[in-house]
Amino acid sequence: MSPVSPSPAGIVIKGASILGGETADILIRDGVIAEIGQDLAGDETVDARGLIALPGLVDLHTHLREPGREDAETVESGTRAAALGGYTAVHAMANTSPVADTAGVVEQVWRLGQEAGHCDVQPVGAVTEGLAGERLAELGAMADSAARVRVFSDDGKCVSDAVLMRRALEYVKAFDGVVAQHAQEPRLTADAQMNEGAVSGRLGLTGWPAVAEEAIIARDCLLAAHVGSRLHVCHVSTAGSVEIIRWAKSKGWDVTAEVTPHHLLLTDDLVEDSPVGAYNPIYKVNPPLRTREDVQALREALADGTIDVVATDHAPHPVEDKETEWAAAAMGMIGLETALPVVQEAMVETGLLDWAGVAERMSYAPARIGRLAGHGLPLAVGSPANITLYDASVRREVDPWSYASKSRNTPYEGRALPGRVVATFLRGRPTVLDGKLA
Amino acid sequence: MKRHLISAADLSRDDALLILDTAEELAKISDRSIKKLPTLRGRTVVNLFFEDSTRTRISFEAAAKRLSADVINFSAKGSSVSKGESLKDTALTLEAMGADGVVIRHSASGAPYRLAGWVRGSVVNAGDGTHEHPTQALLDAYTMRRRLGSLEGRRVTIVGDVLHSRVARSNVLLLSTLGAEVTLVAPPTLLPVSVASWPCEVSYDLDTVLPKSDVVMMLRVQRERMNAAFFPTEREYSRRYGLDRERFARLKDDAVVMHPGPMNRGMEIAAEVADSPRSTIVEQVANGVTTRMAVLYLLLGGADLGGNQ
Amino acid sequence: MAEAIPHAHAQAHAVLEGPDINRALIRISHEILERTKGGENVVLLGIPTRGVHLARRLAGHIRQFEGRPVPVGSLDITMYRDDLRTKPARPLGRTELPSDGIDDRTVVLVDDVLYSGRTVRAALDALNDLGRPRAVQLAALVDRGHRELPIRADYVGKNLPTSKSEIVKVYLEENDGRDAVLLLKEDSE
Repeated sequence: MSPVSPSPAGIVIKGASILGGETADILIRDGVIAEIGQDLAGDETVDARGLIALPGLVDLHTHLREPGREDAETVESGTRAAALGGYTAVHAMANTSPVADTAGVVEQVWRLGQEAGHCDVQPVGAVTEGLAGERLAELGAMADSAARVRVFSDDGKCVSDAVLMRRALEYVKAFDGVVAQHAQEPRLTADAQMNEGAVSGRLGLTGWPAVAEEAIIARDCLLAAHVGSRLHVCHVSTAGSVEIIRWAKSKGWDVTAEVTPHHLLLTDDLVEDSPVGAYNPIYKVNPPLRTREDVQALREALADGTIDVVATDHAPHPVEDKETEWAAAAMGMIGLETALPVVQEAMVETGLLDWAGVAERMSYAPARIGRLAGHGLPLAVGSPANITLYDASVRREVDPWSYASKSRNTPYEGRALPGRVVATFLRGRPTVLDGKLA
Repeated sequence: MKRHLISAADLSRDDALLILDTAEELAKISDRSIKKLPTLRGRTVVNLFFEDSTRTRISFEAAAKRLSADVINFSAKGSSVSKGESLKDTALTLEAMGADGVVIRHSASGAPYRLAGWVRGSVVNAGDGTHEHPTQALLDAYTMRRRLGSLEGRRVTIVGDVLHSRVARSNVLLLSTLGAEVTLVAPPTLLPVSVASWPCEVSYDLDTVLPKSDVVMMLRVQRERMNAAFFPTEREYSRRYGLDRERFARLKDDAVVMHPGPMNRGMEIAAEVADSPRSTIVEQVANGVTTRMAVLYLLLGGADLGGNQ
Repeated sequence: MAEAIPHAHAQAHAVLEGPDINRALIRISHEILERTKGGENVVLLGIPTRGVHLARRLAGHIRQFEGRPVPVGSLDITMYRDDLRTKPARPLGRTELPSDGIDDRTVVLVDDVLYSGRTVRAALDALNDLGRPRAVQLAALVDRGHRELPIRADYVGKNLPTSKSEIVKVYLEENDGRDAVLLLKEDSE
C-alpha cells in the first residue's frame, strides 16, 4: 500500500465490499464521499479488496479518564485506541476528576479530542453535580458550550433518586438531550461483587442481583413515558432488562438501550474457572458478567432491535488496580480495540446480524441517539468520509500488549478473536492504515 | 492431591480419605513423649494472616512445628492492606524468602487463588472471606468419623448463617464427597439464592430435621448480621434456630453436636448443650492440629511438584 | 522394604519357596531365643508392610517353642525416610507399639529385605522418638548386600548375593496369596 497523505486531492478505496455486500470503489474528495462506483481513479489508492467498508464507528460509552486518571488513559491514548478499533467518534463519560459537570470541563475534554485528532471526542455531561446524586448539574450550560453536550449521564453511579431522575428527564427536553442511565439500585448492590447466582453462591462473593438493574430500568421507562422524554439505558446486562425495554418500546415510548461487547460474549462462570485463574478481577465489571441465558437474550435483543446500540464501556484501569484480591479490584474492561471483533464473533458469525445491521448498531444508531452531527451516516455520495475498512477473514490471538490503550485490562487475553480493522478514515483523512496509526 | 488446598472441592474422595487416614496415624504422636517428627526439616511454612484468628494460626503453627518445619508468622492485620496491591507485594516477599508452604487467612473471598498465582509454594486456605475454610471441614469430618465411624449415608445438619459461612461451604462440599447427606437449616435470608444447586438438602424448619440427624453443626451468628435485617431479633433467631435444651433432648441418643467456634452461648447454642458429652467442641480443637499436620505433610512432605496445579 | 513391581519382560526365578521361608523363620526364632536368653523382654517390631507379617510369624513360632507370648508391634518409618523428596508424599503405614511400650526392652526390628540399610536407619530414628530400648537388633528374611550405611543384621534368613540391577521381590501369604522370594533380572534388550 502506498503512503497516503492527509489529502484533499482524492483518495480512492479500491474494491471494498460495501457493508459486506456488493463491491465498489469509493472516491474521497474534500473530506466527503465524492463518488461510489466501478473503476474510479484518484491521486492515491487504497487497496481494499477482500475488506468490508463500514461507516466510521461511533461509541456512545467510552471512559477516557482525562482529566484525573491519566495513569489509566488519556484523551490521546484513548482516541488512538478508538481509531485502531475503527471508531471515528466516541462519547467520553463524565466520571473524570474533576467530574465533567460544568461547561469548563466538557469544553476541555472536547478540545483535547480536537488536538489529538485521532477521532472526534464528544463529551457526556454529568446529570448531577459531582455525580453525587443530589443536585442537577448545569445541564443547559454544557448543552450550550462549544462541546454541545446532548448526552447526560452519571455513569458509574445510578441516578437512583426518583425525583431527581424525573427532573433530569424533563429538563433535557429543552435542548433535545437524553439521560443515559446507569441502572443500578444502590441498596440492592451494597458491596456487590458479581452476578448473584450459582457462581456467586459457591464463591462466597456478594451477589449483584439482576433485579437491581431491572427495577431501575422499569421505573425509568415509566418516568420517561410520564414526562414524555427520551431515556437511554446504558449497558443492559440481563434478560429481564431486555423484556422491560421490549415492553416499553411496544408502548411507543422513546427508550433506547445499549449493550457492551463483553456482555455479548462473556459469562459469570469465568470468575470461577478461566484460563487466567479463579477470582481474576480481569472479569470484574459493572454491570457484572451474567449467565449464558442472559447473553443469549442480549444477542437476540440486539438482533431484533430491542437493544439499539453496541457501546464499549471502555474502562481502562492500571495494572495495580487489577492485580489484587477480587474485592479490592477496580471494575471495568477496555474494549475499543476489540469491539468489532467481538461483535463479529457474537453476532455476525452466529448469523444474528449482517454487516448492515452492524453499521446500524455501531454507527448510525449511536450517532442518532447522541444527536451527533456528521457521524453515523450511510456510505453515500455527499456523506462525510468517515469510513472503516475491516478484514473479517482473519483470526488472531489477543495480545494486550499490542493495544494502544494505556491500560491492559482486556478480558480476552489468551483468546482468539476474528477480524482486524485495516483502515479508518475521519472526514477523508486516514487515521489508521494497514492496521497501524497513520 | 493437587498442589494447593484452597477449596474442599479440590479433594477427590480418595484425597479426602488419605488425609483423614493420615491424620488418624498422626494423632498418635500427641500421645508420645516426643511430639515431633523430622519430616519437614528444612522446609519453611509461612502463616500469612490478614485477619485475626489466633486459634487457627496456633493450630497451623503447632502442626507445622510438630513436623519440624520452620514457621514464620506474618500478621498483616492492622497494616494498611485494605487495598489489595500489598497482597502481591507480600507474595513476592514470601517468594524471596523461599516459602515452601503458605497458609493464608484473608477477609477477601478468593485471595488464596490470587496468591497461588504469585508464589511457587503450596497454598493452604485457612479461611477466605465468605468462601471456604477447607481444613476446618477436614477436622470436622475427622471428628465425625471418630465418633460415628464411616460418614457414608450419615445425616449431617448444618444450622445458621450459611450465606456468610466459609465453614458451611467447605463442609457441604467435603461431606458430600465423603457420602454424607447434608441438610442446611437457616432462615431464607441467610441462604444463598442459588442454594438449590448445592449438593445438599435445605430446610427452614429445624424441628423437623433434628430427629433424623446424626450430626448437628451449629454455625456462629456474627454480630453484624443482627443489625442488617437478616432476621428480626436475636430472640426470634434463637427461638427458631437455636439449639436449646428442649431441642437437644429430641436428638437421637448417639447424635453429635458440633460448633466451629467461637460460640455465642445462649444464642445459637445453649451453654449446657455446648458442654454436654455429646458435644465435640473441645475435641474439634485438638483434632485441628493432627488434621492440619496431615495436610501439611501430604502437600509439603514429598517431591516438589513444580508449577503444575 | 519390598521392591517395586518389575517389568513384565523381566526374568524371574524363585530363590526361596514357601517351605524355605518357613524353615528360615523357624531358625531365626531359635536364634532370637538363644541370643536373648529365652526371649525375655523381647519386643518384635515389624516394618510395614511385609515386615509386620514376618514379625507376627516369628512371634507365633516363639510362642510355640517357649509357650509364652512375645509382644509384637509395627513401626512405620515413612516420616523418617531420607528420600521423601524424591516422590509425591507417601501414605503412612501403621505404627502400633505393644501396650507395655519398648522402654528397657530388647527390640528386634523385622524387615523382609535388607539392602542399603537406609530403612533401618530411619527405623532407629523413629525408635529414638518412641522410647529407650535396652538394645535393638535386626532380623531380615533376605540380605541382598550393597549396604550404604554401617548397618548389619543380627538374624538373616538367607544371604543373597545380587547385582544392583536385580530386583528382589518377597511374596507373603498374608499380603500376596503365596510365599516366595523371587530374584528378577532386567532383560538387557
